[in-house]
Amino acid sequence: MRDVAIISTAQSKHVRAASEVNEVELIQPVIQEAIERSGIGRHDFDFTCSGSSDYLAGQPFSFVMTLDAVAAWPPIAESHVEMDGAWALYEAWVKIQTGQADTALVYSYGKSSPGDLTRVLSRMMDSYYEAPLWPTSIDFAALQARAAIAAGVTSETEMAEIANRSRTSAGSNPLAQLTSSPSVEALLADEYLAEPLRKHDCPPITDGGVAVVLAADDKAREYCSRPAWIRGIDHRMDGHHITMRDLSVAPSIAIAAEKAGVGAGGFDVAELHACFTHQEPIIKAALGLGSDVDVNPSGGALSANPMMAAGLIRLAEVANRIHSGSVTRGVAHATGGHALQHNLVAVLEGEG
Amino acid sequence: MPEQATSGAGAPTASGDVLRAPLVLEYPFRRTTGPVIGAYFTGLREGRFVGIEDESGNVICPPVEYDPVSGGSLTKLVPVGSEGEVTLWTWNSRLSEGQPFDHPFAWAFIKLDGADTPVFHAVDAAHDQMSVGMRVRARFADERRGEMTDLVCFEPIS
Repeated sequence: MRDVAIISTAQSKHVRAASEVNEVELIQPVIQEAIERSGIGRHDFDFTCSGSSDYLAGQPFSFVMTLDAVAAWPPIAESHVEMDGAWALYEAWVKIQTGQADTALVYSYGKSSPGDLTRVLSRMMDSYYEAPLWPTSIDFAALQARAAIAAGVTSETEMAEIANRSRTSAGSNPLAQLTSSPSVEALLADEYLAEPLRKHDCPPITDGGVAVVLAADDKAREYCSRPAWIRGIDHRMDGHHITMRDLSVAPSIAIAAEKAGVGAGGFDVAELHACFTHQEPIIKAALGLGSDVDVNPSGGALSANPMMAAGLIRLAEVANRIHSGSVTRGVAHATGGHALQHNLVAVLEGEG
Repeated sequence: MPEQATSGAGAPTASGDVLRAPLVLEYPFRRTTGPVIGAYFTGLREGRFVGIEDESGNVICPPVEYDPVSGGSLTKLVPVGSEGEVTLWTWNSRLSEGQPFDHPFAWAFIKLDGADTPVFHAVDAAHDQMSVGMRVRARFADERRGEMTDLVCFEPIS
């Protein structure tokens, strides 16, 4: 296996609605910043891969237009996933492993604000049995929270504590959208949004994007003083039908974690793509993380949840901390689909 | 250009410096449902449920085409009851277009008698009637066409 590292990252300021910019205008400065930080010339990338969703953009092949943001002339080797950018990073990592690229630019973005996001996300459901009823993403999250509480995985009090801790942590993240929280007691006094979820258990609706640069072996050492090496990365999926899963557990995370080498432990930090508060304990249990690991110091997806980017941001947040030298080893998790259906786990590590 | 964009109501409007225009996104596909999903919808049209036996002998309802563990093809359709038990529920008062009712209702997982996995659907009940373990029965539409909406909802067995 080739050693591959994240050598630079950049994110937009995450906001409720970036109405004044289109997707190209939103992501172009982010890509520019990640490229400049990497030190690699903008025409010198061997591969470019992006993640976004036509359902959010409201038109087919919308990512082709966003290629204007990377200057695709002279022609570049390029690909796209209709998934969170964490899977675009995975594709780029595979491309580098094959030896067809030494460097890659990966970016993803989502404007979640136009339209009714929870209805748009209902189109991810099975089109015969579930989607015709128009349940929202929050409804499925609520059923999962109910299952997690019934199984003793979490409680409404712990969920409020997670909301409070995440948004308080985001106070030191200048790019986060929600950066403070009422007290746990005040949160628990709120009415249910979708029993047992209250508003604080749900992520904000966020427009934003992220870009990262990958490089292999000596290229990574040449351009970065402390690369965030990808020691292991894997993604797995649970079943198609939400009714056939035990929603209180996430078997696909456990398998991905095992394949990525999470079992070796020793993590200083974990960035987990828990869009809803109750998902954090489910993910932690599947990863086997102890209470000594700093979880979501960025504030996580509960503080900024740009669709299609919030998963790649988890990898970027761990990488940033390795680049700065504040941590040595971290685990990042990204998810797609409803109720933690599809999951990616990566172990990142700095040297020295 | 769509007619809508040139008529009055749907025309682009300027709010501050932001240009806004209406957009209707549709994917108007028609699909055939095949021998497994089709059998479920045929059952609904006749006011009954079918499930499918997987390789370990569990009855999956609604039926699926492939074994959840091995991925092997499944073919053994079996009848399932029209009554069952709520295993998970949440209350929906954030009603939106296309949902089964225009009044608050519960979304639930309902394990039908004879099935090992639940169906997802609406329960038309008062909030204080809802509980895990409650018994419910299917309410079918008067006119049925062999599709998901033939099953209106579930309702409490009092």
